[in-house]
Amino acid sequence: MKKPLFTYEADGHVLIVHLPEELDHHNCTGLKFETDLILSENYIRRIVFDFSRTTFMDSSGIGVLLNRYKQMALSGGSVTIYGAGAQVLRILKMGGILRLMKLYDSKEGAVTS
Amino acid sequence: MIEQNKPEVLRMEIESLSRNEEFARVVAAVFMARMDPTLEELDDVKTAVSEAVTNAVIHGYESKGGIVYMEVIIEGQILTIKIRDTGVGIANIPRAMEPMFTTDPEGERSGMGFSFMEAFMDEVLVESEPGKGTSVTMKKKIKG
Repeated sequence: MKKPLFTYEADGHVLIVHLPEELDHHNCTGLKFETDLILSENYIRRIVFDFSRTTFMDSSGIGVLLNRYKQMALSGGSVTIYGAGAQVLRILKMGGILRLMKLYDSKEGAVTS
Repeated sequence: MIEQNKPEVLRMEIESLSRNEEFARVVAAVFMARMDPTLEELDDVKTAVSEAVTNAVIHGYESKGGIVYMEVIIEGQILTIKIRDTGVGIANIPRAMEPMFTTDPEGERSGMGFSFMEAFMDEVLVESEPGKGTSVTMKKKIKG
């Protein structure tokens, strides 16, 4: 069986999304549907994106991050990030994401702070 | 003996499928490896190729399929990449290249594709004709 691209982990009102190695248009296809479903069925106050496996991201990744941010901002929630490597970090900066989401070194920081 | 300054050209035709976005950027990266690029230069080119091919798949062929053409040319330190489709074309190129401009009603697309190509490459030239297709030519000096 094919390994799922995104894996989701719930921690109280926090939803942790473990992102795939390559976050491009092809791989982003299922993310909207899956997170919409989870957000509609659970009370989520924060989405945490785990980039620790991700080695490549392009503007498609920025698009899905921005949309999740808009969803959470509407309900007063927040979005945080951890595990971003060099390539991912440059794309996040260029896409203006770091003005909207706080970056952490560790999962603990991203979930609890 | 291989002549040092003779241009080397890679030409590729691939189906306009989203899974080929990764394939195209990896092929371009492997081909340019002989220029001895830095990791950052490799990432720059991979990102730019990914943006251009994604545009061809989503906008050029409106996700209905077609052929995406990629040409990678190495001339000394200059890398040239052409991504071409024979899809719907772009009526208003300056507007399409505006940062954050997107035609996506779902808002799932960032509209930053062309901005990223311009940020990561030295030159980006877009030629398009409605009904005929679009070609994006990008150049970058690889300092290594």
